[in-house]
Amino acid sequence: MAMRPITFFRAGSIDDAVAAVSANPDSAFLAGGTTEIDLLRLGVIQPTLLVDVNELPLTYLEDTEGGGVRIGAMARMSDVARAPRIVERYPGMSQALLLGASEQLRNMASMGGNMCQRTRCAYFRDGQSPCNKREPGSGCSALTGVNRGHAVLGTSDHCIATHPSDVAVALVALDATIRTIGPDGTNTIPIERFFLRPEDTPSVEHPLAHGELIVAIDVPNVPVARTSRYVKHRDRVSYEFALVSVFSAMRVDDAGNVAELRLALGGVGTVPWRAHRAEEALIGRPATPENVAAAADAEFADARTTPMNEFKVTFAKRAIVRELSEVSS
Amino acid sequence: MAINHSTAPADTGVRGPEREPVTLDVNGATYPIELEPRVSLLDALREHLDLTGTKKGCDQGTCGACTVWVDGRRVLSCLTLAMSCEGHQVSTIEGIAQDGELHPMQQAFVDHDAFQCGYCTPGQIMSAIALLREGNATTDADIAEHMSGNLCRCQAYPNIHAAIREVRDADDGG
Ligand SMILES: Cc1cc2nc3c(=O)[nH]c(=O)nc-3n(C[C@H](O)[C@H](O)[C@H](O)COP(=O)(O)OP(=O)(O)OC[C@H]3O[C@@H](n4cnc5c(N)ncnc54)[C@H](O)[C@@H]3O)c2cc1C
Ligand code: SF4
Ligand code: FES
Ligand code: FES
Repeated sequence: MAMRPITFFRAGSIDDAVAAVSANPDSAFLAGGTTEIDLLRLGVIQPTLLVDVNELPLTYLEDTEGGGVRIGAMARMSDVARAPRIVERYPGMSQALLLGASEQLRNMASMGGNMCQRTRCAYFRDGQSPCNKREPGSGCSALTGVNRGHAVLGTSDHCIATHPSDVAVALVALDATIRTIGPDGTNTIPIERFFLRPEDTPSVEHPLAHGELIVAIDVPNVPVARTSRYVKHRDRVSYEFALVSVFSAMRVDDAGNVAELRLALGGVGTVPWRAHRAEEALIGRPATPENVAAAADAEFADARTTPMNEFKVTFAKRAIVRELSEVSS
Repeated sequence: MAINHSTAPADTGVRGPEREPVTLDVNGATYPIELEPRVSLLDALREHLDLTGTKKGCDQGTCGACTVWVDGRRVLSCLTLAMSCEGHQVSTIEGIAQDGELHPMQQAFVDHDAFQCGYCTPGQIMSAIALLREGNATTDADIAEHMSGNLCRCQAYPNIHAAIREVRDADDGG
Protein backbone atom coordinates (compact mmCIF):
# COMPACT_ATOMS: atom_id res chain seq x y z
CA MET A 1 0.00 0.00 0.00
CA ALA A 2 1.39 3.38 -0.94
CA MET A 3 1.94 5.84 1.82
CA ARG A 4 0.67 9.40 1.62
CA PRO A 5 3.34 11.94 0.75
CA ILE A 6 5.16 13.33 3.76
CA THR A 7 7.89 15.77 4.55
CA PHE A 8 10.87 14.81 6.67
CA PHE A 9 13.10 16.64 9.09
CA ARG A 10 16.06 15.10 10.84
CA ALA A 11 16.36 16.86 14.18
CA GLY A 12 19.90 17.65 15.28
CA SER A 13 18.95 18.61 18.83
CA ILE A 14 16.13 18.09 21.31
CA ASP A 15 15.16 21.75 21.00
CA ASP A 16 14.95 21.49 17.21
CA ALA A 17 12.80 18.39 17.48
CA VAL A 18 10.41 19.95 19.97
CA ALA A 19 10.22 23.21 18.01
CA ALA A 20 9.57 21.44 14.71
CA VAL A 21 6.70 19.30 16.03
CA SER A 22 5.23 22.08 18.17
CA ALA A 23 5.08 24.41 15.17
CA ASN A 24 3.12 22.00 12.99
CA PRO A 25 -0.14 20.44 14.20
CA ASP A 26 0.12 17.72 11.53
CA SER A 27 3.56 16.53 12.56
CA ALA A 28 4.86 13.64 14.65
CA PHE A 29 8.13 12.38 16.05
CA LEU A 30 9.69 9.47 14.23
CA ALA A 31 11.71 7.12 16.42
CA GLY A 32 12.15 3.46 15.40
CA GLY A 33 9.13 3.79 13.14
CA THR A 34 7.74 0.38 14.06
CA THR A 35 4.41 1.90 15.01
CA GLU A 36 4.61 5.19 13.14
CA ILE A 37 5.53 3.93 9.65
CA ASP A 38 3.21 0.95 9.98
CA LEU A 39 0.18 3.11 10.81
CA LEU A 40 1.09 5.76 8.25
CA ARG A 41 1.16 3.16 5.51
CA LEU A 42 -2.12 1.67 6.73
CA GLY A 43 -3.68 5.13 6.58
CA VAL A 44 -4.59 5.04 10.27
CA ILE A 45 -2.66 8.22 11.08
CA GLN A 46 -2.04 11.17 8.79
CA PRO A 47 0.92 13.29 9.85
CA THR A 48 2.36 15.34 6.98
CA LEU A 49 5.72 16.01 8.66
CA LEU A 50 7.87 13.42 10.39
CA VAL A 51 10.57 14.72 12.69
CA ASP A 52 13.30 12.08 12.95
CA VAL A 53 14.65 11.90 16.50
CA ASN A 54 16.97 8.94 15.86
CA GLU A 55 20.14 11.03 15.88
CA LEU A 56 19.45 12.62 19.28
CA PRO A 57 21.86 11.64 22.06
CA LEU A 58 19.19 9.83 24.05
CA THR A 59 20.39 6.22 23.83
CA TYR A 60 22.09 6.15 27.23
CA LEU A 61 21.42 4.16 30.39
CA GLU A 62 22.82 5.67 33.56
CA ASP A 63 22.53 5.24 37.30
CA THR A 64 20.49 7.74 39.24
CA GLU A 65 21.06 8.81 42.83
CA GLY A 66 19.61 6.19 45.11
CA GLY A 67 20.32 3.22 42.89
CA GLY A 68 17.78 3.62 40.12
CA VAL A 69 18.37 3.75 36.37
CA ARG A 70 17.63 6.49 33.88
CA ILE A 71 16.90 5.13 30.42
CA GLY A 72 17.23 7.48 27.45
CA ALA A 73 14.10 7.61 25.32
CA MET A 74 15.98 6.47 22.23
CA ALA A 75 17.59 3.46 23.90
CA ARG A 76 16.47 0.44 21.87
CA MET A 77 14.50 -2.40 23.41
CA SER A 78 17.23 -4.96 22.60
CA ASP A 79 19.95 -2.88 24.24
CA VAL A 80 17.93 -2.10 27.35
CA ALA A 81 16.92 -5.76 27.75
CA ARG A 82 20.55 -6.87 27.85
CA ALA A 83 22.06 -4.00 29.81
CA PRO A 84 23.66 -5.59 32.90
CA ARG A 85 22.11 -3.08 35.32
CA ILE A 86 18.63 -3.86 33.99
CA VAL A 87 19.21 -7.62 34.06
CA GLU A 88 20.52 -7.43 37.63
CA ARG A 89 18.14 -4.93 39.18
CA TYR A 90 14.98 -5.57 37.17
CA PRO A 91 15.13 -9.03 35.58
CA GLY A 92 11.36 -8.99 35.04
CA MET A 93 11.73 -5.86 32.92
CA SER A 94 14.47 -7.47 30.84
CA GLN A 95 12.23 -10.50 30.32
CA ALA A 96 9.28 -8.30 29.33
CA LEU A 97 11.44 -6.60 26.70
CA LEU A 98 12.79 -9.86 25.30
CA LEU A 99 9.34 -11.41 25.12
CA GLY A 100 8.11 -8.49 23.00
CA ALA A 101 8.11 -8.41 19.21
CA SER A 102 11.15 -9.90 17.40
CA GLU A 103 14.88 -9.21 17.55
CA GLN A 104 14.69 -7.06 14.40
CA LEU A 105 11.89 -4.96 15.87
CA ARG A 106 13.62 -4.72 19.26
CA ASN A 107 16.72 -3.39 17.49
CA MET A 108 14.59 -0.61 16.00
CA ALA A 109 12.00 0.13 18.68
CA SER A 110 12.88 2.81 21.21
CA MET A 111 11.75 2.98 24.82
CA GLY A 112 10.03 6.33 24.25
CA GLY A 113 8.23 4.99 21.20
CA ASN A 114 7.22 1.88 23.12
CA MET A 115 5.34 4.05 25.62
CA CYS A 116 3.42 5.62 22.73
CA GLN A 117 2.70 2.49 20.66
CA ARG A 118 -0.90 2.14 19.55
CA THR A 119 -3.36 -0.67 20.14
CA ARG A 120 -3.45 -3.73 17.89
CA CYS A 121 -7.29 -3.63 17.74
CA ALA A 122 -8.06 -4.76 14.19
CA TYR A 123 -10.84 -2.17 13.76
CA PHE A 124 -8.45 0.60 14.71
CA ARG A 125 -5.84 -0.71 12.29
CA ASP A 126 -8.13 -1.30 9.30
CA GLY A 127 -8.49 2.44 8.81
CA GLN A 128 -12.20 2.31 7.96
CA SER A 129 -14.39 0.60 10.57
CA PRO A 130 -16.14 2.82 13.11
CA CYS A 131 -13.56 3.35 15.86
CA ASN A 132 -13.66 6.05 18.52
CA LYS A 133 -9.93 5.89 19.03
CA ARG A 134 -9.14 6.62 15.39
CA GLU A 135 -12.23 8.69 14.53
CA PRO A 136 -13.78 10.18 17.68
CA GLY A 137 -17.55 9.77 17.76
CA SER A 138 -17.71 7.11 15.06
CA GLY A 139 -18.50 4.27 17.47
CA CYS A 140 -16.67 1.16 18.59
CA SER A 141 -16.78 -1.80 16.24
CA ALA A 142 -15.13 -4.07 18.76
CA LEU A 143 -17.96 -3.89 21.32
CA THR A 144 -20.08 -6.24 19.22
CA GLY A 145 -17.35 -7.50 16.90
CA VAL A 146 -14.42 -9.84 17.18
CA ASN A 147 -13.08 -8.95 20.60
CA ARG A 148 -11.28 -12.04 21.85
CA GLY A 149 -8.07 -10.08 22.35
CA HIS A 150 -9.70 -7.06 23.91
CA ALA A 151 -9.47 -5.69 27.42
CA VAL A 152 -11.60 -6.63 30.43
CA LEU A 153 -10.25 -4.03 32.86
CA GLY A 154 -10.40 -0.25 32.53
CA THR A 155 -12.78 -0.36 29.58
CA SER A 156 -15.52 2.13 28.75
CA ASP A 157 -18.62 2.12 26.57
CA HIS A 158 -16.50 3.85 23.95
CA CYS A 159 -13.44 1.63 23.69
CA ILE A 160 -12.22 -1.74 24.94
CA ALA A 161 -8.85 -1.81 23.21
CA THR A 162 -6.01 -3.62 24.97
CA HIS A 163 -2.77 -1.80 25.65
CA PRO A 164 -0.18 -3.88 23.80
CA SER A 165 3.09 -3.05 25.53
CA ASP A 166 4.98 -5.61 27.59
CA VAL A 167 7.71 -3.43 29.06
CA ALA A 168 5.16 -0.84 30.17
CA VAL A 169 3.64 -3.51 32.42
CA ALA A 170 6.99 -3.83 34.16
CA LEU A 171 7.36 -0.07 34.36
CA VAL A 172 3.99 0.51 36.05
CA ALA A 173 4.90 -2.12 38.63
CA LEU A 174 8.21 -0.36 39.23
CA ASP A 175 6.66 3.12 39.63
CA ALA A 176 8.76 4.55 36.82
CA THR A 177 8.62 8.20 35.82
CA ILE A 178 8.41 9.61 32.31
CA ARG A 179 10.60 12.68 31.75
CA THR A 180 9.72 15.02 28.94
CA ILE A 181 10.78 18.24 27.28
CA GLY A 182 8.04 20.14 25.53
CA PRO A 183 7.17 23.58 24.22
CA ASP A 184 6.55 24.64 27.84
CA GLY A 185 9.72 23.19 29.31
CA THR A 186 10.49 20.03 31.22
CA ASN A 187 7.97 17.76 32.89
CA THR A 188 7.94 14.54 34.89
CA ILE A 189 4.94 12.23 34.78
CA PRO A 190 4.43 9.27 37.12
CA ILE A 191 3.93 6.35 34.78
CA GLU A 192 0.47 5.37 35.96
CA ARG A 193 -0.71 8.86 35.08
CA PHE A 194 0.93 8.60 31.68
CA PHE A 195 -1.46 5.92 30.41
CA LEU A 196 -5.02 7.23 30.21
CA ARG A 197 -8.02 4.94 30.28
CA PRO A 198 -10.40 5.39 27.33
CA GLU A 199 -13.38 6.77 29.29
CA ASP A 200 -15.17 9.26 27.00
CA THR A 201 -12.11 10.11 24.92
CA PRO A 202 -10.36 6.95 23.71
CA SER A 203 -8.37 8.96 21.17
CA VAL A 204 -6.49 10.68 24.01
CA GLU A 205 -4.00 8.14 25.31
CA HIS A 206 -1.39 10.26 27.08
CA PRO A 207 -1.19 13.61 28.85
CA LEU A 208 1.55 14.76 26.45
CA ALA A 209 1.18 18.14 24.75
CA HIS A 210 1.72 18.18 21.00
CA GLY A 211 5.47 18.48 20.54
CA GLU A 212 6.30 17.18 24.00
CA LEU A 213 9.18 14.74 23.63
CA ILE A 214 9.86 11.89 26.03
CA VAL A 215 13.56 12.20 26.82
CA ALA A 216 13.99 9.53 29.47
CA ILE A 217 12.32 6.98 31.70
CA ASP A 218 13.45 6.87 35.32
CA VAL A 219 13.19 3.54 37.09
CA PRO A 220 13.65 3.92 40.84
CA ASN A 221 15.61 1.63 43.11
CA VAL A 222 13.23 -1.23 43.95
CA PRO A 223 15.21 -3.91 45.82
CA VAL A 224 12.41 -6.47 45.62
CA ALA A 225 12.56 -6.19 41.83
CA ARG A 226 15.89 -8.03 41.83
CA THR A 227 13.85 -11.22 41.86
CA SER A 228 11.09 -9.94 39.60
CA ARG A 229 9.73 -12.04 36.75
CA TYR A 230 7.58 -11.57 33.70
CA VAL A 231 5.54 -14.34 32.15
CA LYS A 232 3.64 -13.93 28.92
CA HIS A 233 0.85 -16.24 27.80
CA ARG A 234 -0.11 -16.03 24.14
CA ASP A 235 -1.44 -17.88 21.12
CA ARG A 236 1.99 -18.83 19.84
CA VAL A 237 5.27 -19.35 21.63
CA SER A 238 7.02 -16.28 20.30
CA TYR A 239 6.49 -13.07 18.32
CA GLU A 240 2.94 -12.51 19.52
CA PHE A 241 1.14 -10.09 21.79
CA ALA A 242 -0.01 -11.25 25.21
CA LEU A 243 -3.39 -12.71 26.02
CA VAL A 244 -2.36 -12.42 29.65
CA SER A 245 1.00 -11.43 31.06
CA VAL A 246 2.13 -11.06 34.66
CA PHE A 247 4.96 -9.02 36.14
CA SER A 248 5.60 -9.90 39.76
CA ALA A 249 8.09 -9.17 42.49
CA MET A 250 7.35 -10.40 46.00
CA ARG A 251 9.11 -10.57 49.36
CA VAL A 252 7.86 -12.84 52.09
CA ASP A 253 8.87 -12.08 55.69
CA ASP A 254 10.14 -14.54 58.30
CA ALA A 255 6.63 -15.19 59.53
CA GLY A 256 5.67 -16.33 56.03
CA ASN A 257 3.59 -13.28 55.21
CA VAL A 258 3.84 -11.17 52.07
CA ALA A 259 5.84 -8.11 53.07
CA GLU A 260 6.20 -6.51 49.67
CA LEU A 261 4.44 -7.13 46.39
CA ARG A 262 4.59 -5.52 42.96
CA LEU A 263 2.07 -7.00 40.58
CA ALA A 264 1.06 -5.79 37.14
CA LEU A 265 -0.80 -7.34 34.24
CA GLY A 266 -0.63 -7.11 30.46
CA GLY A 267 -3.15 -8.23 27.85
CA VAL A 268 -6.18 -7.59 30.03
CA GLY A 269 -6.31 -3.83 30.51
CA THR A 270 -6.87 -0.75 28.39
CA VAL A 271 -3.70 0.48 30.05
CA PRO A 272 -0.73 -1.45 31.45
CA TRP A 273 -2.47 -2.68 34.59
CA ARG A 274 -1.03 -2.29 38.07
CA ALA A 275 -2.90 -4.76 40.26
CA HIS A 276 -3.25 -2.47 43.27
CA ARG A 277 -6.21 -4.32 44.73
CA ALA A 278 -4.53 -7.68 44.59
CA GLU A 279 -1.39 -6.21 46.13
CA GLU A 280 -3.37 -4.75 49.02
CA ALA A 281 -5.29 -7.97 49.53
CA LEU A 282 -2.13 -10.03 49.88
CA ILE A 283 0.13 -7.79 51.93
CA GLY A 284 0.47 -9.15 55.45
CA ARG A 285 -0.89 -12.57 54.54
CA PRO A 286 0.75 -15.80 53.49
CA ALA A 287 0.68 -16.31 49.73
CA THR A 288 -1.28 -19.51 49.86
CA PRO A 289 -3.07 -20.44 46.64
CA GLU A 290 -6.38 -19.57 48.37
CA ASN A 291 -5.20 -16.12 49.43
CA VAL A 292 -3.68 -15.41 46.04
CA ALA A 293 -6.87 -16.51 44.30
CA ALA A 294 -8.91 -14.23 46.56
CA ALA A 295 -6.57 -11.35 45.75
CA ALA A 296 -6.92 -12.04 42.03
CA ASP A 297 -10.70 -12.15 42.46
CA ALA A 298 -10.57 -8.71 44.03
CA GLU A 299 -8.57 -7.39 41.10
CA PHE A 300 -11.09 -8.66 38.57
CA ALA A 301 -14.21 -7.82 40.56
CA ASP A 302 -15.09 -5.01 38.14
CA ALA A 303 -14.00 -6.84 34.98
CA ARG A 304 -16.29 -6.22 32.03
CA THR A 305 -16.24 -9.12 29.64
CA THR A 306 -17.73 -10.21 26.34
CA PRO A 307 -18.55 -13.80 25.44
CA MET A 308 -15.32 -13.92 23.44
CA ASN A 309 -12.92 -12.52 26.01
CA GLU A 310 -14.38 -13.70 29.31
CA PHE A 311 -11.82 -16.52 29.30
CA LYS A 312 -9.19 -13.89 30.08
CA VAL A 313 -10.50 -13.45 33.62
CA THR A 314 -10.06 -17.11 34.53
CA PHE A 315 -6.82 -17.24 32.58
CA ALA A 316 -5.37 -14.22 34.38
CA LYS A 317 -6.42 -15.45 37.83
CA ARG A 318 -4.76 -18.79 37.23
CA ALA A 319 -1.67 -17.09 35.87
CA ILE A 320 -1.44 -14.95 39.00
CA VAL A 321 -1.90 -17.92 41.31
CA ARG A 322 0.78 -19.85 39.50
CA GLU A 323 3.19 -16.93 39.45
CA LEU A 324 2.94 -15.89 43.05
CA SER A 325 3.05 -19.38 44.49
CA GLU A 326 6.14 -20.04 42.39
CA VAL A 327 7.85 -16.82 43.41
CA SER A 328 7.23 -17.47 47.08
CA SER A 329 8.48 -21.03 47.12
CA MET B 1 28.25 -3.68 17.24
CA ALA B 2 28.04 0.00 18.05
CA ILE B 3 25.69 2.26 16.15
CA ASN B 4 27.68 4.76 14.20
CA HIS B 5 26.02 8.16 14.32
CA SER B 6 29.12 10.10 13.48
CA THR B 7 28.67 10.29 9.74
CA ALA B 8 25.04 11.38 9.90
CA PRO B 9 24.63 14.66 8.06
CA ALA B 10 23.75 17.68 10.14
CA ASP B 11 20.46 19.52 9.90
CA THR B 12 19.46 19.55 6.25
CA GLY B 13 16.12 21.29 6.79
CA VAL B 14 12.67 20.00 6.00
CA ARG B 15 12.73 17.78 2.93
CA GLY B 16 10.01 16.66 0.54
CA PRO B 17 7.29 15.79 -0.13
CA GLU B 18 8.82 15.77 -3.63
CA ARG B 19 11.94 13.82 -4.49
CA GLU B 20 15.08 15.00 -2.80
CA PRO B 21 18.70 14.03 -3.24
CA VAL B 22 19.64 11.27 -0.80
CA THR B 23 22.92 9.43 -0.42
CA LEU B 24 22.64 5.81 0.63
CA ASP B 25 25.55 3.61 1.66
CA VAL B 26 24.66 0.04 0.74
CA ASN B 27 27.07 -2.89 0.88
CA GLY B 28 29.99 -0.51 1.00
CA ALA B 29 29.00 1.43 -2.14
CA THR B 30 27.67 4.98 -2.16
CA TYR B 31 24.49 5.64 -4.10
CA PRO B 32 23.43 9.24 -4.73
CA ILE B 33 19.74 8.98 -5.67
CA GLU B 34 16.53 10.98 -5.48
CA LEU B 35 13.72 9.82 -3.24
CA GLU B 36 10.51 11.08 -1.72
CA PRO B 37 10.68 11.01 2.10
CA ARG B 38 7.86 8.45 2.26
CA VAL B 39 9.96 5.79 0.46
CA SER B 40 10.88 2.92 2.73
CA LEU B 41 14.37 1.48 2.76
CA LEU B 42 12.84 -1.69 1.30
CA ASP B 43 11.36 0.16 -1.69
CA ALA B 44 14.51 2.22 -2.14
CA LEU B 45 16.56 -0.98 -2.37
CA ARG B 46 14.19 -2.81 -4.66
CA GLU B 47 12.75 -0.06 -6.87
CA HIS B 48 15.53 2.51 -6.95
CA LEU B 49 18.76 0.55 -6.54
CA ASP B 50 17.63 -2.65 -8.27
CA LEU B 51 18.75 -4.66 -5.25
CA THR B 52 15.78 -7.02 -5.33
CA GLY B 53 17.26 -9.70 -3.09
CA THR B 54 15.52 -8.16 -0.10
CA LYS B 55 11.88 -9.29 -0.24
CA LYS B 56 8.57 -7.66 0.59
CA GLY B 57 6.21 -10.02 2.38
CA CYS B 58 3.81 -8.09 4.57
CA ASP B 59 5.10 -4.49 4.48
CA GLN B 60 3.92 -4.19 8.12
CA GLY B 61 6.73 -5.60 10.18
CA THR B 62 5.28 -9.04 10.77
CA CYS B 63 7.16 -11.44 8.44
CA GLY B 64 10.88 -10.60 8.40
CA ALA B 65 11.31 -11.11 4.63
CA CYS B 66 12.71 -7.56 4.39
CA THR B 67 15.42 -8.05 7.04
CA VAL B 68 18.63 -6.08 6.35
CA TRP B 69 21.35 -4.68 8.60
CA VAL B 70 21.76 -1.02 9.44
CA ASP B 71 25.12 -0.34 11.08
CA GLY B 72 25.44 -4.10 11.50
CA ARG B 73 22.15 -4.62 13.35
CA ARG B 74 19.29 -6.56 11.82
CA VAL B 75 16.22 -4.43 11.23
CA LEU B 76 13.09 -4.46 9.07
CA SER B 77 13.53 -2.37 5.95
CA CYS B 78 9.76 -2.09 5.38
CA LEU B 79 9.32 0.00 8.55
CA THR B 80 12.47 2.06 7.98
CA LEU B 81 12.43 5.25 5.92
CA ALA B 82 15.30 5.34 3.42
CA MET B 83 15.99 8.98 4.26
CA SER B 84 16.56 8.13 7.91
CA CYS B 85 19.40 5.80 6.80
CA GLU B 86 21.56 8.59 5.46
CA GLY B 87 24.90 8.45 7.19
CA HIS B 88 24.38 4.84 8.19
CA GLN B 89 25.65 1.64 6.62
CA VAL B 90 23.07 -0.64 5.04
CA SER B 91 23.91 -4.27 4.30
CA THR B 92 21.74 -6.54 2.18
CA ILE B 93 21.84 -10.14 1.01
CA GLU B 94 23.63 -9.01 -2.17
CA GLY B 95 26.67 -7.99 -0.12
CA ILE B 96 27.08 -11.21 1.82
CA ALA B 97 29.03 -13.36 -0.64
CA GLN B 98 32.71 -12.44 -0.86
CA ASP B 99 34.83 -12.75 -4.01
CA GLY B 100 32.29 -14.97 -5.71
CA GLU B 101 32.13 -17.35 -2.75
CA LEU B 102 28.94 -17.91 -0.85
CA HIS B 103 28.90 -16.86 2.78
CA PRO B 104 29.07 -19.96 5.01
CA MET B 105 25.46 -19.34 6.02
CA GLN B 106 24.35 -19.23 2.38
CA GLN B 107 26.25 -22.46 1.73
CA ALA B 108 24.70 -24.08 4.80
CA PHE B 109 21.21 -23.11 3.61
CA VAL B 110 21.97 -24.82 0.28
CA ASP B 111 23.47 -27.88 1.95
CA HIS B 112 20.57 -28.29 4.36
CA ASP B 113 17.81 -27.58 1.85
CA ALA B 114 16.74 -24.74 4.12
CA PHE B 115 14.16 -23.35 1.71
CA GLN B 116 11.46 -24.39 -0.72
CA CYS B 117 10.07 -21.37 -2.55
CA GLY B 118 12.97 -19.25 -1.33
CA TYR B 119 10.96 -16.11 -0.72
CA CYS B 120 11.80 -15.78 2.96
CA THR B 121 15.40 -16.94 2.47
CA PRO B 122 17.26 -13.62 2.09
CA GLY B 123 15.62 -12.38 5.29
CA GLN B 124 16.32 -15.68 7.05
CA ILE B 125 19.99 -15.54 6.11
CA MET B 126 20.42 -11.91 7.14
CA SER B 127 18.78 -12.75 10.46
CA ALA B 128 20.76 -15.96 10.92
CA ILE B 129 24.16 -14.34 10.40
CA ALA B 130 23.20 -11.55 12.78
CA LEU B 131 21.97 -14.09 15.33
CA LEU B 132 25.36 -15.80 15.49
CA ARG B 133 27.06 -12.44 15.84
CA GLU B 134 24.67 -11.55 18.68
CA GLY B 135 25.69 -14.76 20.42
CA ASN B 136 22.21 -15.94 21.39
CA ALA B 137 22.15 -19.26 19.53
CA THR B 138 23.36 -21.64 22.23
CA THR B 139 20.35 -23.95 22.37
CA ASP B 140 17.74 -24.98 19.84
CA ALA B 141 15.22 -23.02 21.88
CA ASP B 142 17.44 -19.93 21.65
CA ILE B 143 17.63 -20.29 17.89
CA ALA B 144 13.87 -20.71 17.54
CA GLU B 145 13.21 -17.73 19.81
CA HIS B 146 15.65 -15.38 18.14
CA MET B 147 14.62 -16.39 14.63
CA SER B 148 10.92 -15.98 15.41
CA GLY B 149 10.79 -12.69 13.52
CA ASN B 150 11.34 -14.54 10.24
CA LEU B 151 8.32 -16.48 9.09
CA CYS B 152 8.51 -19.24 6.49
CA ARG B 153 5.28 -20.21 4.74
CA CYS B 154 6.97 -23.33 3.41
CA GLN B 155 7.77 -24.47 6.94
CA ALA B 156 11.46 -24.96 6.26
CA TYR B 157 12.19 -24.22 9.92
CA PRO B 158 13.89 -27.51 10.88
CA ASN B 159 16.31 -27.18 7.97
CA ILE B 160 16.91 -23.49 8.63
CA HIS B 161 17.77 -24.32 12.22
CA ALA B 162 20.07 -27.13 11.09
CA ALA B 163 21.91 -24.72 8.81
CA ILE B 164 22.35 -22.25 11.65
CA ARG B 165 23.63 -24.96 13.99
CA GLU B 166 26.15 -26.08 11.44
CA VAL B 167 27.61 -22.61 10.96
CA ARG B 168 27.55 -22.00 14.71
CA ASP B 169 29.46 -25.19 15.44
CA ALA B 170 31.93 -24.58 12.61
CA ASP B 171 32.55 -21.11 14.04
CA ASP B 172 33.12 -22.59 17.47
CA GLY B 173 35.58 -25.10 16.06
CA GLY B 174 37.54 -22.54 14.11
C1 LIG C 1 4.85 -7.04 14.33
C2 LIG C 1 5.01 -6.29 15.63
C3 LIG C 1 4.98 -6.98 16.83
C4 LIG C 1 5.13 -6.31 18.04
N1 LIG C 1 5.08 -7.01 19.21
C5 LIG C 1 5.21 -6.34 20.39
C6 LIG C 1 5.15 -7.04 21.62
O1 LIG C 1 4.99 -8.26 21.66
N2 LIG C 1 5.29 -6.33 22.78
C7 LIG C 1 5.48 -4.97 22.76
O2 LIG C 1 5.62 -4.38 23.83
N3 LIG C 1 5.51 -4.29 21.61
C8 LIG C 1 5.37 -4.95 20.43
N4 LIG C 1 5.40 -4.24 19.26
C9 LIG C 1 5.35 -2.78 19.31
C10 LIG C 1 6.70 -2.13 19.35
O3 LIG C 1 7.31 -2.42 20.60
C11 LIG C 1 6.46 -0.63 19.21
O4 LIG C 1 6.02 -0.40 17.88
C12 LIG C 1 7.70 0.16 19.47
O5 LIG C 1 8.11 0.04 20.80
C13 LIG C 1 7.50 1.63 19.14
O6 LIG C 1 8.74 2.29 19.25
P1 LIG C 1 9.39 3.04 18.01
O7 LIG C 1 10.69 3.60 18.47
O8 LIG C 1 9.44 2.19 16.81
O9 LIG C 1 8.34 4.22 17.84
P2 LIG C 1 7.74 4.94 16.56
O10 LIG C 1 6.97 3.99 15.75
O11 LIG C 1 8.78 5.73 15.86
O12 LIG C 1 6.77 5.94 17.29
C14 LIG C 1 5.58 5.50 17.93
C15 LIG C 1 4.80 6.70 18.41
O13 LIG C 1 5.46 7.33 19.48
C16 LIG C 1 5.79 8.66 19.17
N5 LIG C 1 7.12 8.85 19.75
C17 LIG C 1 8.23 8.14 19.47
N6 LIG C 1 9.24 8.51 20.27
C18 LIG C 1 8.75 9.48 21.07
C19 LIG C 1 9.32 10.27 22.11
N7 LIG C 1 10.60 10.14 22.49
N8 LIG C 1 8.52 11.18 22.73
C20 LIG C 1 7.23 11.34 22.36
N9 LIG C 1 6.65 10.62 21.38
C21 LIG C 1 7.41 9.70 20.74
C22 LIG C 1 5.72 8.76 17.67
O14 LIG C 1 5.39 10.05 17.23
C23 LIG C 1 4.61 7.77 17.36
O15 LIG C 1 3.38 8.36 17.55
C24 LIG C 1 5.30 -4.90 18.04
C25 LIG C 1 5.34 -4.21 16.83
C26 LIG C 1 5.20 -4.87 15.62
C27 LIG C 1 5.25 -4.10 14.34
S1 SF4 D 1 -11.91 -1.09 20.92
FE1 SF4 D 1 -11.15 1.02 20.79
S2 SF4 D 1 -9.64 0.88 19.17
FE2 SF4 D 1 -10.97 -0.92 18.91
S3 SF4 D 1 -12.68 -0.32 17.56
FE3 SF4 D 1 -13.34 0.11 19.66
S4 SF4 D 1 -12.78 2.29 19.88
FE4 SF4 D 1 -11.57 1.53 18.20
S1 FES E 1 8.02 -7.04 4.62
FE1 FES E 1 8.99 -6.20 6.37
S2 FES E 1 8.43 -7.55 7.94
FE2 FES E 1 7.25 -8.28 6.26
S1 FES F 1 11.06 -21.06 1.78
FE1 FES F 1 9.09 -20.45 1.11
S2 FES F 1 8.57 -18.99 2.64
FE2 FES F 1 10.36 -19.85 3.45
